[in-house]
Amino acid sequence: MMDKQTTSALLYLDGVSVSFDGFKALNELSFIVEPGEMRAIIGPNGAGKTTMMDVITGKTRPDEGDVYFQEGQFDLTKLDETEIATLGIGRKFQKPTVFEMHTVEDNLQLSLKNDRSVRATLFWQSSAEQEKRIDDVLDIVRLKHLRQRVAGSLSHGQKQWLEIAMLLAQDPKLLLVDEPVAGMTDVETMQTAELLREINKTKTVVVVEHDMAFVRELGVKVTCLHEGSVLAEGTIDDVSTNDRVVEVYLGR
Amino acid sequence: MMSAHPLIRLLDRGSTLFLVLLGAFAIAIPVLNLLMPAGSALHVSTYFVALFGKYVCYGLLALSIDLIWGYVGILSLGHGAFFALGGYAMGMYLMRQIGDRGVYANPILPDFMVFLNWSELPIFWYGFNNFAYAMLMVLLVPGLLAFVFGWFAFRSRVTGVYLSIITQAMTYALLLGFFRNNFGFGGNNGLTDFKDILGFNVQADGTRNALLVISCLMLALCFLVCRAIVTSKFGKVLIGIRDAESRTRFLGYRVEAYKLFVFTVSACMAGIAGALYVPQVGIINPGEFAPANSIEAVIWVAVGGRGTLTGAVLGAFVVNYAKTFFTSGFLAPYWLFMLGGLFIGTTLFMPRGIIGTYNNWRANQADKKDAARDNAKNDAFPSAPPHAAE
Repeated sequence: MMDKQTTSALLYLDGVSVSFDGFKALNELSFIVEPGEMRAIIGPNGAGKTTMMDVITGKTRPDEGDVYFQEGQFDLTKLDETEIATLGIGRKFQKPTVFEMHTVEDNLQLSLKNDRSVRATLFWQSSAEQEKRIDDVLDIVRLKHLRQRVAGSLSHGQKQWLEIAMLLAQDPKLLLVDEPVAGMTDVETMQTAELLREINKTKTVVVVEHDMAFVRELGVKVTCLHEGSVLAEGTIDDVSTNDRVVEVYLGR
Repeated sequence: MMSAHPLIRLLDRGSTLFLVLLGAFAIAIPVLNLLMPAGSALHVSTYFVALFGKYVCYGLLALSIDLIWGYVGILSLGHGAFFALGGYAMGMYLMRQIGDRGVYANPILPDFMVFLNWSELPIFWYGFNNFAYAMLMVLLVPGLLAFVFGWFAFRSRVTGVYLSIITQAMTYALLLGFFRNNFGFGGNNGLTDFKDILGFNVQADGTRNALLVISCLMLALCFLVCRAIVTSKFGKVLIGIRDAESRTRFLGYRVEAYKLFVFTVSACMAGIAGALYVPQVGIINPGEFAPANSIEAVIWVAVGGRGTLTGAVLGAFVVNYAKTFFTSGFLAPYWLFMLGGLFIGTTLFMPRGIIGTYNNWRANQADKKDAARDNAKNDAFPSAPPHAAE
């Protein structure tokens, strides 16, 4: 058991296990993410990548283990999704999830860091400052020209970016990005890598991704998961030449 | 758009038209009933005044369902329970107004209590001789039930069909309870034989017209409250919850608080509808809790157009008028088949309901117009020489 205030890490996972009906989705998973870092998580299907995201964001409670945020100040296993989001952890889903009926502008308006209480939203008025923040975020993801478009009419890649923009509007400390380039063209993939690197200048980012070209483009420390625990960690070259990783990916 | 002036946001074209039509209806019916001589072709009989008054109450019930089903995706199949509870609160006031004019002439106890050999008024009947108290209960009882029910259901994240099923169970449980004589609400006969409301005879033409007008006013008021809710940022969050609940949750919204608030508001509106309904039909009995009633109300919303507010009211009018029309002739035995057919037909051929389909059609027309204009513009001012396109 770890005492609070004993780690410098932004995100600290230690010995986290989760099982569903006897299947161990996470098996004593431990890793840490330092403030300002960008980390890529890879691993074959069923390695536990999404379950790990679920545990960090409070969707799934671990059976065992510690999950701490911000130098051990917050025990994430004791908080729910809403509280964790308010602490400053933003999550992008595997399948792009935006509010399809709302305009791009409204999607961001709902994401901006503001009082989320019922009363506050009932009597809420937009302000010039808010409009400017929306502009700024749209600039970053290059969707400014689509501000008034209904999100449902965007292309797949644009939805992915809109969802990243929504995360940015939340002004989180940590962004968890699940498969941001799934279904994107090569050009879009490279643009997304650039976008994430840009975002990483001010925020800590954890990216889960299958696309090796994309991970290589990011050029960051890589953690490879397998059967719910860390198999290898290091640069993309280290990890991709690791014998066990090759074995897991290519079969034995 | 969010940044528009609040009043413009509240009253778009459809809403204004709705309120104007409702206002015209609320003026025309009493005028045609009270001022036109009985023989005139324009005269509206008192029977129709009461009938239309009933439709307006159904319209308000449908509105309350649309607020939660259309905008948050909570399909309540038990909203009739809140309607009936509001109705019972009003019925209790009306019972106490009978005083010693009942069959047994007991100045305090309603007839059914005398009949059951009860010697004193149960505590929960206290205060219902006071109109203001009774009206408070009209809001409070359905509101409180919805709050407690919703608190448990939404906190446990009961959604979709499971929530629908437990709302059915809720209204069915209340149905069984209110059927019992010892429950203290008149058993299967319910509450009836009303005489006065605020000193006016409930049967009088003037009172009936006044009730119709008040019903229309309450419908307009509740409509405006609904509009204010759905056009606010709160309303955008509701739609967010409907379409992508987990996204809303991971953005940091407390989804259960949003659902609970709007579910409770909706139940209060259903309670108001029930309270206005009871003096106009002259009776409230446990039949109003029947699960089928709640389902029928959902059909009104589906037919009129889910998530449009005006459509819900229109649906309630159309289906109930059809019901009145078809259940009085030789088609009467087939009414339930027609109602079922209507629901299936709407789902298959008009899934967005009357208003939803109309809105779609108009949006398409507007798109076509835009496209045509753009084409015209492009023809007139080619943006680039043709060969540059290559």
